Amino acid sequence: MKKNVFLSALAAAAVTATGALADGHGGATLAAVKDRGSLKCGISTGLVGFASQDANDEWEGFDVAVCRAVAAAVLGDPTAVEFRPVTNKERFEVLNSGDIDMLSRNTTWTFSRDVDLKLEFVGVNYYDGQGFMVPKELGVSSAKDLDGAPVCIQSGTTTELNLADFFRTNNISYQPVSITTASEAQQAYLAGRCAVYTTDASGLAATRASFENPEDHVVLPEIISKEPLGPLVRHGDSEWGDVVRWSLNTLIAAEELGITSANVGELSAAPTENPEINRLLGTEGNLGEMLGLPADFGAAIIQADGNYGEIFEKYIGENTPIGLSRGLNAQWTDGGLLYAPPFR
Amino acid sequence: MSLIEDRPDSGFTLSKLFNDSRYRGYTFQVIAGIAIIALIAVLIMNATANLERLGKDISFGFLEQPAGYDIYPKLIPYTSQSTHLHAAFVGVMNTLLVAFLGCIAATFFGVVAGVLRLSNNWLLAKLMAVYVEVFRNVPVLLWILLIMQIVAISFANPLDFKGDEPAETLLWGMFAFTTLGIYTPAPVWNPGSGIVVGVFIASIIAMVFYAKYRRKVLFDTGRMLPGWPVMLALFFVPAILAHFVMGQPVGVDYPQMGFFKFEGGALIGGPLIALWLALSLYTGAFIAENVRAGILAISKGQTEAAAALGLRSNRIMSLVVLPQALRVIIPPVISQFLNLTKNSSLAAFIGYQEITGTLMGVTLNQTGRSFEAVLLGMLIYLTISLLISFGGNMYNSSVKLKER
Repeated sequence: MKKNVFLSALAAAAVTATGALADGHGGATLAAVKDRGSLKCGISTGLVGFASQDANDEWEGFDVAVCRAVAAAVLGDPTAVEFRPVTNKERFEVLNSGDIDMLSRNTTWTFSRDVDLKLEFVGVNYYDGQGFMVPKELGVSSAKDLDGAPVCIQSGTTTELNLADFFRTNNISYQPVSITTASEAQQAYLAGRCAVYTTDASGLAATRASFENPEDHVVLPEIISKEPLGPLVRHGDSEWGDVVRWSLNTLIAAEELGITSANVGELSAAPTENPEINRLLGTEGNLGEMLGLPADFGAAIIQADGNYGEIFEKYIGENTPIGLSRGLNAQWTDGGLLYAPPFR
Repeated sequence: MSLIEDRPDSGFTLSKLFNDSRYRGYTFQVIAGIAIIALIAVLIMNATANLERLGKDISFGFLEQPAGYDIYPKLIPYTSQSTHLHAAFVGVMNTLLVAFLGCIAATFFGVVAGVLRLSNNWLLAKLMAVYVEVFRNVPVLLWILLIMQIVAISFANPLDFKGDEPAETLLWGMFAFTTLGIYTPAPVWNPGSGIVVGVFIASIIAMVFYAKYRRKVLFDTGRMLPGWPVMLALFFVPAILAHFVMGQPVGVDYPQMGFFKFEGGALIGGPLIALWLALSLYTGAFIAENVRAGILAISKGQTEAAAALGLRSNRIMSLVVLPQALRVIIPPVISQFLNLTKNSSLAAFIGYQEITGTLMGVTLNQTGRSFEAVLLGMLIYLTISLLISFGGNMYNSSVKLKER
C-alpha cells in the first residue's frame, strides 16, 4: 500500500515538473543576452590558433575573437563571454537546443546544414579547404599516391565525406581510422596509427605547428574541397542573426577601411572625412539603433581585438607558429575573397 | 448478547474507495496508473511540440540516403555509396563481433578466476582475488582507454617495418605488432579447399558423437574410454590428411610490408583488441564472482560424499560440483553477457565503428536526425539483448533441476 501512495506521489511530482520544460527558448536571443549580461558562445574543444586556452586559462584564438567581437558589440565588453567548448558531434544539437547563443567553431557552411539542420550561417571568417599531411620520410608528393594508406579522420565532419568522395572518384583505396578530437588525431598520427592525417588545411597547419619536429611532416599540395568556415546561429531569430553577421562584417570592413585598434579611438572621437567610416563607428547615421545595439558598437568591436587583419596576424598569421598566409582570406582589393557588404 | 455485532452491509459508498481496505488498494493503483500514463503522454507531447517548434519532423527517410562515409572494419560488403541503413548494419555486425568474442573470453577468464580463487594454493587464490577486485572496481571505460594507450605506446609504428634494414621485424616472419593492430597470417582458400573444410566439419560432428558414445559406454558398463587423446586426434588428423590428399589446397598468406602498411595477411585492429580485452577482463571479474558463488552454494556434503565414493578431486569438480553449480551460475552470467554487449557502445571513445559509432555517431551527425537515430539504436540494442537473454534462458532451462 505504501508503495502505491509513493508511486502516485512520484508520478504527480513528475507531471508538474515536466510542465515547466515545455517552454524552452523562444524570445529574442538579443534580449536574452542583454538580460544575462554575457554571451554564450560555442567554440572548439581546442585547436591551436583558432580556440585554445592561454596560461591563465583564458580562451583565445581566431574563432574566439569572433565571439569577443559579438560580446563587445552587444554588451560593450569583449570579456563578457561564457565559452562552451563543443565537439564535432554535439555542436549543432547544443546550438539548436538553445544552450548557446552562437557557434564559432571552424564549421563548414553547407547546404544541408543551412537548410535541413535549421541553422543560419551568417558569413565566412575563414575560407579553407581540405588537405593531407604525411610524414616526409614517405616521399609522397601527391594525394593521388595515397592508395592503400590508413587515414586519420575526425568522424562526423564534412572532411569525412570529402575523403570518401576523393578516394572513390580517383579509384584508390584507403583505410579510415576514426578519431573524435583534433588532439587525439595528432596523437594517433604521431604513433603511426595512420600514415596520413586529413582535415582543413588551416587545421593541418595548426597541428603541424604543435609537433616537436614540424619539418618532418609535409602538407600535400592538393586541396580537395571548399570549406568556408564561419559563425552560425539557429533558425528563427533573424534579428540575432543580423547582429552576429554585421559584427563579423564590421571586422572585415574595418580592415578594408583602414580602421585598426591603434587608430579607432581617434577615428571614433569625431566624424571623419569618410562617411562609411563614420557610419561604421557610429559618429554618423543610426546603424546601431537599427540593430538594437549602441551607436558605437562598431568602435567597441575594433577596440576589443582589432580588425580582421589584426586578428588574423595575431593568432594564425605568418609570424605565429601556425604560419598561415592570407591567401583566399585577403581582402577583395588584394585578390582575396573577403568582401563585406556596404555599411549604409 | 455479543459485544461485536455483524455490521450491516450498508452497500457501496464513494468514501469507501479511500476508507475501506478492500477497495483502497485498487483506488491507489488506478490513480498511480493514470498518473504514469499522464506522465508518459506529457513527455511525448512535450518532445513532439519541441521538435515541431524547431521545425523538425520525425522521419526515417534518411536511412535510404547514401551514407557517404567509409567504415573500418566491415564484415559485410559496404562502400561509401551504400545507404545509412546499410551502414547501420555494418555497425551491428561489428557490435555482434566484439560481443561474441567478448562473451567467450569473459567466460574463460571468469571460470578460471572463479575456480582458482577457491584453490588451496594461497598465491593463486590471492592473485585471482586481486584480479577480480582491481577490474570490477574501476570503470570499464578507463580500462578501454588504458589498453588502447598501451597498444599505442608499446606497439611499433608500421612505417618502422619499412626499408632494407627495418627498425622492426616480424615475429617468426608471421606476426607484426603495429599501432594499427596485429597482423597475422591468413588462410587462402584455393580450389579444393572446400573438401578440407567439409572434412573438418565432419570431424567436429564425429567428436560430439564420440563424446556421447563414451558417456554411454561409461554408464552402461562402467568402462572409461580414452577422452582427450581421441578428441585431439579427431580434431587434427582427418583435416590434415585431407589437406595433403587434395594436394595442399589451403595456402597461407603472410603479411608483407607495403608502402603505407602491411598488405596481405589479416589485421586485428587495435581498437578491437583494446575493446575486446578490456570488456572481457572487466566482465570476467564479475563472472568469476558468479562462479565462486555457484561453487560455494554446493553443500560440502556433496564433495565429501563424492570423495567417499573414491572420486578424484578433478572428477568431483567436473561430475558433481560444477553441474549443480551451473544452475546457480547461469542466470547472473546471462546478465553479465548483456552488460558486456551494452558496454561495447563505449567503443565510440576509441574509434571502433560499431552501431554507436555508425548509426548514432556519423549518421546522426551527417543527417542531424538525432532523435530517430538514437531511438533506432535503442531498438537495436533491445533486440540484441532480448535475443541473448532468450538463448541464455533456453540453455538455463536445459540444465536446471528437472522437477517432475
